[in-house]
Amino acid sequence: MGPLKRTREVIFYFCRNGKCEEVKAFEWDTVASALLAAGYKIFRYSDKYCEPRSVFCAIGLCNSCIMVVDGQPNVRTCITPVRDGMNVEVPQ
Amino acid sequence: MEIEYDVVVVGSGPAGLSATAEVLRRGFRRVLVVDENPLPGGQLFKQIHKFFGSREHYAGMRGFRIGERLLNEVEKLGGTISLRTSVIGTSYEGEIKTLWLSNPERGVSKVRVRKLIVATGAKENVIAFPGWTLPGVMGAGAVQTLVNIYRVLPGRRVLMAGSGNVGLIVSYQLLQAGAELVAIVEILPRIGGWAVHAAKILRMGVPIMLSTTIREVRGREWVEKAVVWRVGRDGKPVAGSEVEFDVDLVCLAVGLSPNVELTRMLGCEHLHLRALGGWTPLHDEKMETSLKGVYVCGDVAGVEEASVAIEEGKLAGIGASCELLSREELNTLVEESWRRLDELRSGPFGEPRKEAKKLILKEFKQRVRGRGIGG
Repeated sequence: MGPLKRTREVIFYFCRNGKCEEVKAFEWDTVASALLAAGYKIFRYSDKYCEPRSVFCAIGLCNSCIMVVDGQPNVRTCITPVRDGMNVEVPQ
Repeated sequence: MEIEYDVVVVGSGPAGLSATAEVLRRGFRRVLVVDENPLPGGQLFKQIHKFFGSREHYAGMRGFRIGERLLNEVEKLGGTISLRTSVIGTSYEGEIKTLWLSNPERGVSKVRVRKLIVATGAKENVIAFPGWTLPGVMGAGAVQTLVNIYRVLPGRRVLMAGSGNVGLIVSYQLLQAGAELVAIVEILPRIGGWAVHAAKILRMGVPIMLSTTIREVRGREWVEKAVVWRVGRDGKPVAGSEVEFDVDLVCLAVGLSPNVELTRMLGCEHLHLRALGGWTPLHDEKMETSLKGVYVCGDVAGVEEASVAIEEGKLAGIGASCELLSREELNTLVEESWRRLDELRSGPFGEPRKEAKKLILKEFKQRVRGRGIGG
């Protein structure tokens, strides 16, 4: 695959129960890859049984990794690129 | 805003890119490619291994190099790819098809198109067991994406379910990335993938446990343990044969199914074929579906290899360009393409697919041409 080409750092926020933490990512990361790399492994809890959910397919097909991004619900984080200052929330 | 296109291609994987290059080469200019991913190339850019097959189908090249080559070709021919763009609605009015496209920056737009090429690929299958929804249970392809594209290793100690080529190749790449592989379990009494991939795994000392499947996966919020057990000749699990592993990642490599949401939404006719991964749209020799002007190619038209997807994409591109070709040219191109497809579909993996494709063509003739639609 060769060396990494785009290594600019991007900083966004992971928010859970109203508290936000800074997450450092690389420019080409998706929200999902950046969260997993930073150790934020649980993305949300299922509606009915409140079970933890994370990445399953990583290509936008299964909807397991959906979160609230900049106020918009049901965003597939595995196909959403990171952007400076973006807010990524665990849905309530 | 309404835009008119000659051709819209949905999906920029090997099939979609190859189809796009073909319609551009044949002379169409108003061509749009849409893909909902942030990167083009479908699954090619995660394929870091060398491809097999014949020279005319990129044998010996690594998948991501093939992806680069196809992308360059499309760019040189003047094609544009609209990324992060999903098809959220369709309407089929015969000659004209309407698509509603959604993009996070541009919102929803309506597009009118004459020829539609659906190259939406496939999705990974899942097997259910207690704990199958626990985070840390992932598709093998998902792990391959995370490791090879984003350079993120989602677990350190891994159990792989499935010994087909995907399971074997992803296992090897996990080892290369520094993970430990506790075992590959395979429910059948034999290894599913090519011997050359299996040999690499076995040489690394990883056991491939045949006639074995996952009993359950346990963990609080993330996978901590996986329990496997043997399956008898009657297909039933053998009580007392359980083996427990401490793992933090369970990969499922248990096959793929065509992504037929779009062809279903459009109203194309389908046929269920095991050898091709499940429900598959019917199509003719030029990859045209039961709806005139709607073409399919690649894994959506039956799960096969990337090399087949490239060839089918070319064929769908030829089919969609039929009005720009003389009857003779068209027949020759289609015949040549089928000759190459037949070559690719030889061998123990190819033969059942070749037979299934024959069934698709036969069923198309009976169901579609027989009632005078689409032909």
